[in-house]
Amino acid sequence: MQGPRDRAMPQNSNRERALLALRRMMMIRAFEERTEKLINRGDVIGVMHSSAGQEAACVGACMALADDDYITGTHRSHGHPIAKGSRVDRLVAELMGRSTGVCKGMGGSMHLADFSVGSLGESAIVGSSIGIAVGAALANRMRRLDRVCLAFFGDGAANTGICHEGMNMAAVWRLPVVFFCENNRYAVTTPQAQAMSTDRISDRAAAYGMEGTTVDGQDVRAVHDAVAVAVARARRGDGPSIVEAMTYRYADHSYRLGSLGGKRDPAEIAYWRNRDPIRIESDRLREEGLVTDEDLAGLSAGVEAELDAAVEFGRASPYPTRDDLWSNMYADSSAWEASPWPK
Amino acid sequence: MAEVTTSAPSGGETTTPMQAMNKALREALAADESVFVMGEDIQAGTYGMTQGLFDEFGGERIRNTPISEGAIVGAAVGAAMCGMRPVVDLSIATFAYVALDQLVNQAAKNRYLFGAQADVPATFYFITYHRSNAAAQHTDRPHPIFMGIPGFKVVAPATPNDAYGLMKAAIRDPDPVIVFADMMTVRRRGILDGEADTVRIGEAKVVREGTDVTLVAFFTLFPALAVAEKLAKEGISVEVIDPRTLAPLDMATILRSVGKTGRLVAADIAYDACSAASEVIASVTERAFSSLRAAPRRVCTPMVHVPFCPPHEKQLFPDEARIEEAVRAVLNNSKV
Repeated sequence: MQGPRDRAMPQNSNRERALLALRRMMMIRAFEERTEKLINRGDVIGVMHSSAGQEAACVGACMALADDDYITGTHRSHGHPIAKGSRVDRLVAELMGRSTGVCKGMGGSMHLADFSVGSLGESAIVGSSIGIAVGAALANRMRRLDRVCLAFFGDGAANTGICHEGMNMAAVWRLPVVFFCENNRYAVTTPQAQAMSTDRISDRAAAYGMEGTTVDGQDVRAVHDAVAVAVARARRGDGPSIVEAMTYRYADHSYRLGSLGGKRDPAEIAYWRNRDPIRIESDRLREEGLVTDEDLAGLSAGVEAELDAAVEFGRASPYPTRDDLWSNMYADSSAWEASPWPK
Repeated sequence: MAEVTTSAPSGGETTTPMQAMNKALREALAADESVFVMGEDIQAGTYGMTQGLFDEFGGERIRNTPISEGAIVGAAVGAAMCGMRPVVDLSIATFAYVALDQLVNQAAKNRYLFGAQADVPATFYFITYHRSNAAAQHTDRPHPIFMGIPGFKVVAPATPNDAYGLMKAAIRDPDPVIVFADMMTVRRRGILDGEADTVRIGEAKVVREGTDVTLVAFFTLFPALAVAEKLAKEGISVEVIDPRTLAPLDMATILRSVGKTGRLVAADIAYDACSAASEVIASVTERAFSSLRAAPRRVCTPMVHVPFCPPHEKQLFPDEARIEEAVRAVLNNSKV
């Protein structure tokens, strides 16, 4: 393994990291498939958004970060903490609303956060977490910490006011941020072409005086290498960048809004299914002689076993208590003793 | 945060709430490296609160921002979650509307949503402008909005002691605190002395004791005191309470007072609907109905936008005449 500050992902030379990246992608896919089963069985309820199809973007970006670097997420964000190294048992428990979840059952699918791996949390108001990422980077700068923050956002979020404000602020202060766009081509149902007059979101970087690049979001190595350049730039003090990964979500916008998915062109879906990020990387590793079919089957079995255990962990975990609602509200609630509002 | 040494003079000095807050900021900046201030035009100190701080602490910690209220608040929350204690100067209170998503969905909710993995020790301060001939967009008093959002603590100091003490307390607090300074009092001279160090979030103050009517004064302390003074000459004894903290409201102090007087008037510069005054009246009615000897009255601003036209603007807000009328009405309508 390479050191924490030197994480250019190896091509043929570092099998261990390549397999870690592949396993995390497989875990994200399996996590989403498992989530769907849990929804159908009634084990989890609520609004959830699948990352299936976007695994290379999630993992390629996070594999270019050090353990203590930060990420912020979106509404479609199961994959981000997994890519950053979160334990899936506490993520599954969060989806089930249990007290053992990463957010003690308070956040759920759209607000996963795992500070133990640098995941500062997801925001389901599109674009809303971009300001948080800028602030995290500002804290890094002011505390003289050698950390960057990578902000995941989508093509939809690219058109929000906070996205412009955050990018401009980070650029003018040269903060260590990587604005990482998972461009999956649709904002809920609205195709990009109806929402912006240009093709590439990364082209906007020039307007802020920062670097921008667009990569194949289905190729985990291409994503990793582009993000690694941006991370190095941020760490050097040379400011933020936009990295745009062209990707695709297989599922509908959310598990609950199934009818919205039917409007996409089947040929388009087939094209992207044919560019499956896990298969692309698996095939490449096989060609390079780094994995065998047996290895892949073993990885897959390991992922499923971990998820089996995670589901059992979640089921066995209690819900938070009513008192927990209040204990999570304030770090200091002493002033509330004389409050007029009954619990 | 390192314990901030206070230097509120024990003998007292004459100053304004704005200068007192400036002093509180200066001392917090000097005592704790994690404290910094960000906002629009704070380098020049345009709105007064940050005057002189840039020269003393430099641009890294007195951070002049682009006009980007959303990103300012979002960045403050992100920085607060990552070890800093940002103080955000949002200048005019209606600018809160521009940043509302970041304030409500990020500042107020993140600790809760993320299961207390991080605190959000951020301070946001505004000046509520009214009677300033600035027309409707600059003249709302939006404090009730924030009283209605769990996750915030909201304070509204009117004197130098409270301004100094509550600004210090806000910066020291581990949760997001919103500080409303009012343009009618922020430049009003008063005494800053050792009492400033005893001010706590969540504690109202009985500013003038009385036995006939409880007058709870939100952003209206000085007209309320003038009314109490005037009525005292007629033998009417008005107890004036400055809530100082709006969320959480110190209902214990208010209920104790109403238990004594049996009468309640609540004045607030906000609109009638869902004002701080309405909240006080609702809570007192729920909890102490039997001790009320007359229907409570609120004195707020009617549900009309603030006009530019200066003579009309002045009449909209609670003033001495309207507060006095309400106090007399409550006394005259008493059952016992």
